[in-house]
Amino acid sequence: MNSLTILGALPLLGSAALFLLPRANELLAKRVALGVSTVVAVAGLAIAMNFDRSVTGFQLVEKYSWIPAFGINFGLGVDGMALLLILLALILTPIVILACWNEAEGSRWSVKTFFALLLILETMMIGVFAATDIFLFYLFFEAMLIPVYFLIGGYGSGERAAAAVKFLLYSLFGGLLMLASIIGLYVVSRDQLGAPTFDVTELQKLSLNNQTEAFLFLGFFIAFAIKAPLWPFHTWLPDAAKAATPGTSVLLLGVLDKVGTYGMIRFCLTLFPDASKQFGPTIIVLSLISIFYGAFLAIWQSNGDIKRLISYTSISHFGFITLGIFAFTAQGQSGSILYMVNHGFSTAALFLIAGWMIARRNSSKVQDFGGLQRVTPVLAWTFFIAGLSSLALPGLSSFVSEFLVLVGTFVRYPLAAVIGTLGIILAALYILIPVQRSLHGPVAPGNENLKDLNLREKIAIAPVIALIIFFGFFPQILLNVINPGAQASISALNIGPSTGGDK
Amino acid sequence: MNGTSQMLVYLIAIPLFSATVLLLGSRALDKVGHIIGTLASTAAFVVGLLEFFAMLGRAPENRAVTQPLFTWIEVGNFNVGATLLLDQLSICFVLLITGVGTLIHIYSIAYMSHDKDRRRFFAFLNLFIAAMLLLVLGDSYLSLYVGWEGVGLASYLLIGFWNQKPAYATAAKKAFVANRVGDVGLSLAVMIAFVQFGSVSFSGVAEGVEAGKASSLALNCLGAALLLAAVGKSAQFPLQAWLGDAMAGPTPVSALIHAATMVTAGVYLISRSHFVFDVASVAQLLVVIVGAITLLFGAIIGMAKDDIKKALAASTMSQIGYMILATGLGPVGYAFAMMHLLTHGFFKAGMFLGAGSVMHGMNDEVDMRKYGALRKYMPVTFITFGLGYLAIIGVPPFAGFYSKDKIIEIALDAGGAKGIILGSITLLGAAITAFYMSRVMLMTFFGSKRWEADAHPHESPALMTIPMVILAIGSISAGFIFNLGDRFINFLNPVFHSDHSGHGEKEHLLPPIVVSALALTAVAIGVSIAIAKYGRGKSIPAVAPADVSVWTKVARRDLLQDDLNEALFMRPGQELTKALAIVDEKVIDGAVRGVGSLTLDVASGVRRTQTGFVRSYALWVIVGAVGILATIAVMSL
Repeated sequence: MNSLTILGALPLLGSAALFLLPRANELLAKRVALGVSTVVAVAGLAIAMNFDRSVTGFQLVEKYSWIPAFGINFGLGVDGMALLLILLALILTPIVILACWNEAEGSRWSVKTFFALLLILETMMIGVFAATDIFLFYLFFEAMLIPVYFLIGGYGSGERAAAAVKFLLYSLFGGLLMLASIIGLYVVSRDQLGAPTFDVTELQKLSLNNQTEAFLFLGFFIAFAIKAPLWPFHTWLPDAAKAATPGTSVLLLGVLDKVGTYGMIRFCLTLFPDASKQFGPTIIVLSLISIFYGAFLAIWQSNGDIKRLISYTSISHFGFITLGIFAFTAQGQSGSILYMVNHGFSTAALFLIAGWMIARRNSSKVQDFGGLQRVTPVLAWTFFIAGLSSLALPGLSSFVSEFLVLVGTFVRYPLAAVIGTLGIILAALYILIPVQRSLHGPVAPGNENLKDLNLREKIAIAPVIALIIFFGFFPQILLNVINPGAQASISALNIGPSTGGDK
Repeated sequence: MNGTSQMLVYLIAIPLFSATVLLLGSRALDKVGHIIGTLASTAAFVVGLLEFFAMLGRAPENRAVTQPLFTWIEVGNFNVGATLLLDQLSICFVLLITGVGTLIHIYSIAYMSHDKDRRRFFAFLNLFIAAMLLLVLGDSYLSLYVGWEGVGLASYLLIGFWNQKPAYATAAKKAFVANRVGDVGLSLAVMIAFVQFGSVSFSGVAEGVEAGKASSLALNCLGAALLLAAVGKSAQFPLQAWLGDAMAGPTPVSALIHAATMVTAGVYLISRSHFVFDVASVAQLLVVIVGAITLLFGAIIGMAKDDIKKALAASTMSQIGYMILATGLGPVGYAFAMMHLLTHGFFKAGMFLGAGSVMHGMNDEVDMRKYGALRKYMPVTFITFGLGYLAIIGVPPFAGFYSKDKIIEIALDAGGAKGIILGSITLLGAAITAFYMSRVMLMTFFGSKRWEADAHPHESPALMTIPMVILAIGSISAGFIFNLGDRFINFLNPVFHSDHSGHGEKEHLLPPIVVSALALTAVAIGVSIAIAKYGRGKSIPAVAPADVSVWTKVARRDLLQDDLNEALFMRPGQELTKALAIVDEKVIDGAVRGVGSLTLDVASGVRRTQTGFVRSYALWVIVGAVGILATIAVMSL
């Protein structure tokens, strides 16, 4: 069964169909896009049913020799982490399409192209998480930029062209570093294994000398740290998120940026265990800086732009994810992977609802809102719940992952965990200050007649809110999928006690 | 081995379900929302009573029951089940929460009858009940955490119930943030417990402590972290500043959440963790110090407040200070803290409802300088409030006499200089309490009318007075009943093992009768001063006099708590934020832009030959891929 290939090809076929549709019939284009992405989501869930939670390593494996001269394979497969990230993408895509039904109208480019680009992006997202061949991964990693670039540049607002170019240059720079490391790996594998390979499982057998390993690690790590993004590689994100349409931002921050943290686990930890350990403490410090830096700047943006605010909260959250990854404990690792999924949902909710607020008010300044609780109660409630998820309220999904990250960090680096825990105070501020400014208080001038969420918007946001609450109480459903792979990647590091209470 | 009960989950599920229905329901539910909410709370109370009687039917050592629900989080050996635990300690809370909670639901039907959002109000009350029950029923620190922040959320929503007023919205946010500071402590406590004992359940940690798995340093850190959590939730020094502002919430909320139940959660947490504090002497001493400071802190603020709700809030802070102090005094202290917690739950909730009744009759006026002579116009409110007054100042045989007297007694018995200092503080606190509560009584119900012109005070409807009467009965009798044959102490004994402490056989510093006499003398002094200043014939200016000592001014400003927080945290935080914003734009992004424009200059050369940088990107990827292949091809030669 080539289930992953078929899954990945479906959205691409859908986008081809969209291009063939008449430009004038926008509604048909939207319906086709929604239909295709829904079918893909259902298909993805069906495939996930066949996933065996009891085994580690890749499943649903496909492998075809692609360019035999260089040992390049078309290799696909998923472990728990990849499966959940793919499912996250598959669930969010139809939600974004439904939520952003009218987002592309009045843009420079046509509506059908917007949805076609979203579907192309969906294929890329499946591919990048399913690739088990580093060359294939690199291709998806870079090719992914193209639809995003056009989605920002063609449909965004404000300084969209500048933001799109900034995004592109940053990513290109990271990509080039990764490319250098990939070539390096190729050379070493050819020398050590007799035949060159790009297969991620095969490459783990290499034994690298310290210096080589450090350089190769850094090439990958910086590329991923830009994508994730980690301080100080973050400045492209607020610009891109502000200029992009909300739907694009959801996929950008909710899914695409996870390629960075995913890559750290998949490639940095498994291919360069010694360098990971060597750079681990430095990355822990960078993570802590990210947590606080992102949080403070998010607080600052409560005087400013709501989309920039959300993107700075994400920088803080990504700090938690990298903290958990480089704590090298079972709890930190599983917590970080779960965090990637949960952050996808909570950021999606925040961006979609902020997008609806902006569309209604025709402004993205936090201070232009005010009193929405009394004018548009459903919108206000959904925004509030999404905010609570972002500040990791116990009972909501993000609490479980944030706490696992912190407890996992505490096992190895108690001081770092104590400092990181202080971040939860700032989280309360960066959510509750904008909540107060935009939802509470007297109704701000110009907001008196804003309309509450319509049925389409309610249908789009309901599943996200439901999942945020559901996984707060039943995270074990996800953790059962995550744990085996996370455990394996930690024990492969061979780094001593990786869990608490061993006395 | 504990038995099991399949009913515990309903305690939480019923009010949670009701809250969900009320929140998601349409306007059509407005007519019955308050009834649904009250029935849900009543149903939880009935379940609580059934569990209580079932518990009494079992032998004392077998009274605890559990109900495992599902595996909540399991990663490696970090294993937390969603399991409920009902023992002698939690049943006290269950009955208090659902019992007082139901009375306050009933009261709110009338109190909130003119509010068009009454359905939402009852939804939040139900949400609070569910979260508070989870807090006291969770069998691990992490399950407790969910309830802990759940009640914080409910408190935030209810303080900000009228958040269209900016000041109220700010008060709600302040409460949440102050609580979050405390929550850092709870987070750290869970982490320390896990690393030290490999478990975060109460029983697991207790066993680990018993087995000597943790060093004294670790245990004291654990205790200090738990204390930080308690300090935030229970508005103790130095995280007390939010409670006064929390009075922005509707008065029934102040009675239920900010007097009787949620703010006492810190006392619960410390009592629940008795096995830690019993062996962590430094942390235990910190508990005593926090309690002693706060009991005076709150009492002093209470003397200076003209807003009836803020005076009562300061009193709550002070009374919880007594409880915290008691929990720091070893095994017997936990039970006395619990006793004071329960009696305080009755009389303080009753007095808050009384204050709400006064406000109801006085156009929502809260300034006591504009009250006066209300006893003739609101007799039921006057009598029930008066009974609560007698209970809180500790007149025998009212409830507060028994519970506060015990705390003074064990404070004196703490030994040496510590005993004398703590004993003096508790006695001084008793005198100040008598003073400020007498002041409230006199300014509100006695003296001359100082009403605003449009005030037409009237007694509140029966839906409001009946809960007040029931709570007043509790204020009269609870202390006496609890003390009959030490039955309350004995009931809690299997949890705290107070009998092993040797209390009772130990020599008292002073005989109990002398302690009582001292306490009553302190009360008499406080009452006398209040009568001398605010009694018959004394005029009470409509505006607080400005020519007062600097001490009074400081007390009116809540002992400068907000000024301090602002100077130490808020303003430096704002400066830091501003500085970071500049760094982000000028330094980090500036560097990036510098590099970027350089790149673009170079790229513009390319651009001329292409159709533009944008479209050439697709080529870039292909070039990159070809580049890889080419490089590889060259190298593999």
